[in-house]
Amino acid sequence: MTFFFEILIGGLLSGLMYSLVALGFVLIYKASGVFNFAQGAMVYFAALAVVGLMDKGLPMWAAVIGAFGVMLVVGISTERFVLRKLVNQPPITLFMATIGLSFFLEGLGPLLFGNEVRPINLGIVDEPIEAILTRFNIVLSKFDLAAAAIAGILVGALALFFQFTKVGRALRAVADDHQAALSLGIPLQHIWAIVWGVAGFVALVAGMLWGSRNGVQFALTLTALKALPVLILGGFTSVPGAIVGGLVIGASEKLAEIYIPPVFQSAFGGNFGGIEGWFPYVFALLFLLVRPEGLFGEKHIDRV
Amino acid sequence: MFYREAGQFKTTYEADSQVFPIRQDRIGFAVLMAVAFVAIPFTASEYWFSAILIPFLIFALAALGLNILTGYAGQLSLGTAAFMAVGAYAAYNFQLRIEGLPVLLTFILAGLSAALVGVAFGLPSLRIKGFYLAVATLAAQFFVVWALTKFPWFSNNSSSGVITAQKLALFGIAIDTPVKKYLFVLALVTVLAVVAKNLVRSSTGRAWMSVRDMDVAAEVIGIPLMRTKLLAFAVSSFYCGVAGALYAFCYLGSVEPDGFSLDLSFRVLFMIIIGGVGSILGAFLGAAFILLLPIFLDNVLPPLAALLHLPFTNAAVSHIQLMVFGALIIFFLVVEPHGLARLWQIAKEKLRLWPFPH
Repeated sequence: MTFFFEILIGGLLSGLMYSLVALGFVLIYKASGVFNFAQGAMVYFAALAVVGLMDKGLPMWAAVIGAFGVMLVVGISTERFVLRKLVNQPPITLFMATIGLSFFLEGLGPLLFGNEVRPINLGIVDEPIEAILTRFNIVLSKFDLAAAAIAGILVGALALFFQFTKVGRALRAVADDHQAALSLGIPLQHIWAIVWGVAGFVALVAGMLWGSRNGVQFALTLTALKALPVLILGGFTSVPGAIVGGLVIGASEKLAEIYIPPVFQSAFGGNFGGIEGWFPYVFALLFLLVRPEGLFGEKHIDRV
Repeated sequence: MFYREAGQFKTTYEADSQVFPIRQDRIGFAVLMAVAFVAIPFTASEYWFSAILIPFLIFALAALGLNILTGYAGQLSLGTAAFMAVGAYAAYNFQLRIEGLPVLLTFILAGLSAALVGVAFGLPSLRIKGFYLAVATLAAQFFVVWALTKFPWFSNNSSSGVITAQKLALFGIAIDTPVKKYLFVLALVTVLAVVAKNLVRSSTGRAWMSVRDMDVAAEVIGIPLMRTKLLAFAVSSFYCGVAGALYAFCYLGSVEPDGFSLDLSFRVLFMIIIGGVGSILGAFLGAAFILLLPIFLDNVLPPLAALLHLPFTNAAVSHIQLMVFGALIIFFLVVEPHGLARLWQIAKEKLRLWPFPH
């Protein structure tokens, strides 16, 4: 039973790491109705910027601030050169544009900051917390816990921001209808620049956490693929959804990886590990059949 | 073009509704076919066949398949490579397990297998739409690649799921040289492209387009959503499956499941974006563009770097390639969301009036 709980807790904590990436998606989707496939590339780009600036001799804190500056530039130029030209295009066009953006960033990042795998040292060690290990015999990593706490704080802050500030309200209005928001006098371009900047910040946090865990490498872009099932489970428009979705996906994925392959194995023989790649998707897909708008997504009513 | 349709009067509905209503277009198409089937086999080099022409035709076929689903029926799919993989592995297994199965039948069965898988993963499209569906097709992408790797039966117990395509023979003639492979692929692609062109002009195609434009409205005017969407998934996957089988048998020779990765799906998606979403011609233009661009950049970037005295490594070239790819996609979406096919159409319209302004 302790084994089960260990897996469950490990899954929940890694789920929060997925949530962190999913959060970036949700922010942009909420504010601009754009499904930003480039979020994974932004995570990679931000982490690369940090290590790249540190290679240039900057201390950690300066590198992080510098990387945030870089992400702001990326966000604002995305708004200026991509989104502004695609106002009122169908969402699918915007989606494909972000795929193009992700390719661009995946090329630009290594070109500017080098493509060797480098570590980020956040000063939090990845070792089990001893009190819990001795008391309950469960391995709970300090690093995972710290990452989860950071994710939690970030989410709380963003939820408050969306719900209770004027900018947050404007963001929600823009998400609802570009044209209507424009005609009410909401400065669309500012709003988009702000939201891409915030998404860049979230990407920076996610990139540093993921980067210190696995090293800064191209595989960071794949975090986006981890975040997608989280998104469809939680609903594209919901910040709490991203968190709950992350927890559910993280836990179910780790548990499935332990308990499902032996079932296949006893039926067919051979090795059936590595189901983490598809299990979250199939899980989210089955869930969608019951609730097509995700856990917390807004129900969309079609009118002819 | 430089010709006008003046003096060509249509006296029957058949004449009016043919694919190329203008005589010059028909002649142009016939010339194109003659060049493709007769002139190229005599003139092109082996490199051209195996590195450019054959992959071009195969990717064009896959793009055609995706275009039917995404461009005409409006269901965004990121699982193209998975359906291609199903086609490739199905063709391999049919050849392996059924003695003396005719080649053409093998390819049709491979396409049908892919269609079956396509319909299975298309079922959620009845409940979910848009991005949710796009993400759902990723389930197909990851699951199929995993299943092909893990179940040894699919690859006849070969390690890590690598399959080596059997030799093909059509009516007793072995398809072994690049020229023969080219002709075989060309013939299949031509037939399937003509079928696709006519399919999208038929009531089926119109039903797809109405579902794409607004599925609720389509349902209200009496279009059966389930049948229409699933048919789009089936036809699209059939095309992708045949393309996948050709990819394994006529292009690479041996493939592994990981070769049919998400990257391949994206490549095909880019082909239809750049070529033109919702256009048969666009699939071909896009495939040519995406295939030739890396070759072009490979040849242009190093001399350019030498000229500017920049230290260009291979890694830098591949990064710049990625950037150019990304930038081009954004550029096309901004400038001409309907892609190369639309540019071609605009050029034709302009030339029709040229040199007169009105």
